[in-house]
Amino acid sequence: MDQKKLATDLDEAFEDLVAEFRDGLYSGVRRLVPQSVDAEDICADAFLRAYRALSDMPPASIRRLDLAPWLWTIALNLSRNAARRRARKPWVRLDAAWDATAGGGGPESVTLDRAHVESLLEGLPLGQRTAVVLRYIVGLAYSEIAAATERPEGSIKADVHRGLERLRRSEAS
Amino acid sequence: MKELEALATKAPASLTPQVLLETGLADGYVTKPGPAQGMFVAFNERGISAIQLGVDANEFEDWFHGAMGRPAFAVDAMPTTLERRFDAAMANGRVGSLPIDWSSMSEFQQLVLRKTAEILPGQVRPYSWVAREIGRPKAARAVGTALARNPVPVVLPCHRVVRNDGHIGNYAFGPEVKRSILEDEGMDVAEFEALADRGIRLTGSDTTKIYCNPTCSDARRTTEKHMVEFHSEDDARQAGYRSCKHCRPAAA
Repeated sequence: MDQKKLATDLDEAFEDLVAEFRDGLYSGVRRLVPQSVDAEDICADAFLRAYRALSDMPPASIRRLDLAPWLWTIALNLSRNAARRRARKPWVRLDAAWDATAGGGGPESVTLDRAHVESLLEGLPLGQRTAVVLRYIVGLAYSEIAAATERPEGSIKADVHRGLERLRRSEAS
Repeated sequence: MKELEALATKAPASLTPQVLLETGLADGYVTKPGPAQGMFVAFNERGISAIQLGVDANEFEDWFHGAMGRPAFAVDAMPTTLERRFDAAMANGRVGSLPIDWSSMSEFQQLVLRKTAEILPGQVRPYSWVAREIGRPKAARAVGTALARNPVPVVLPCHRVVRNDGHIGNYAFGPEVKRSILEDEGMDVAEFEALADRGIRLTGSDTTKIYCNPTCSDARRTTEKHMVEFHSEDDARQAGYRSCKHCRPAAA
């Protein structure tokens, strides 16, 4: 991502920013919101907010911005709010259960493994899940996750460690 | 953790268009029935931004990107209010309350096209009329250029401006398309061009002693018995006629 260009010509460079971050953002958000929440909408909203924020930012600040953690701060807030809104509406859980049984394509063995890991991941407490998802599915560095979640790097490392341990343990059982 | 890395996926293809449309960095477009096959209509939150006739989706997207410097994406439908106003504008042959995105046009081009939008369906005016009406009587050629580059044809009716010699002249999508749009709007193009061939620019009524552009609705009310023909404004004035206040063939 050419951040100099982003700072000098936001409208021209913003499409490149979307192209660079969309897959990571979508892969991560999908694992952090309930299945009944549309991850694509959350991502679109995150990019829209990012664009508006960048429009109001002096070029020097844009150039200094640590883009990945900054975008993730926005996306994590939106994911959390969406999950909270869903939790207040108990009837949508029915939809979620339905979605879960509907399943996706692919060879069956792969689907099974995948579904297994997915459901284990869903069982993790949000802090650990966020840390594990951002580290291993999105591929952020610990320092970036710390910046995105505004928590100390040590706590993130501990969350990733505990999260992975819990995944392995439940897989074995 | 390979199992976790395998959960990374590609974002749906619709995400980028959704973001670019919402930020206003791209326009949406739909196809609509129009005066020629394949009418593409692009829009954004400011209004209708572009129309092209007789193209396919790829040609339209390439043209739009080149002309506007941003992409356009196909969408299922226009926003409801915009669509209602668009359909009304098409049906009435008048812009009415339809919002237009003027941002790609120079001030001069906006002036020309806003003036052109005052010409009622079924009528035409020469380039020199537009030039004079916007207070730039010597700029007839620049008016022609501004009209030829009209990004929102049909809705902004550049087809209602014709050559100063009374022939209907060229059109971005071909003179046949211009002719058929004008005929659909109720104009007798053959009769108009027959007058032009005889050098007639203006018609008047010997009962009111008023002269008009031949397609003015007042001129069309004049019965054949009372119709008089003029080659020029000088002709008409010398005969003791004054200009119509509706179609304003000459400055009042």
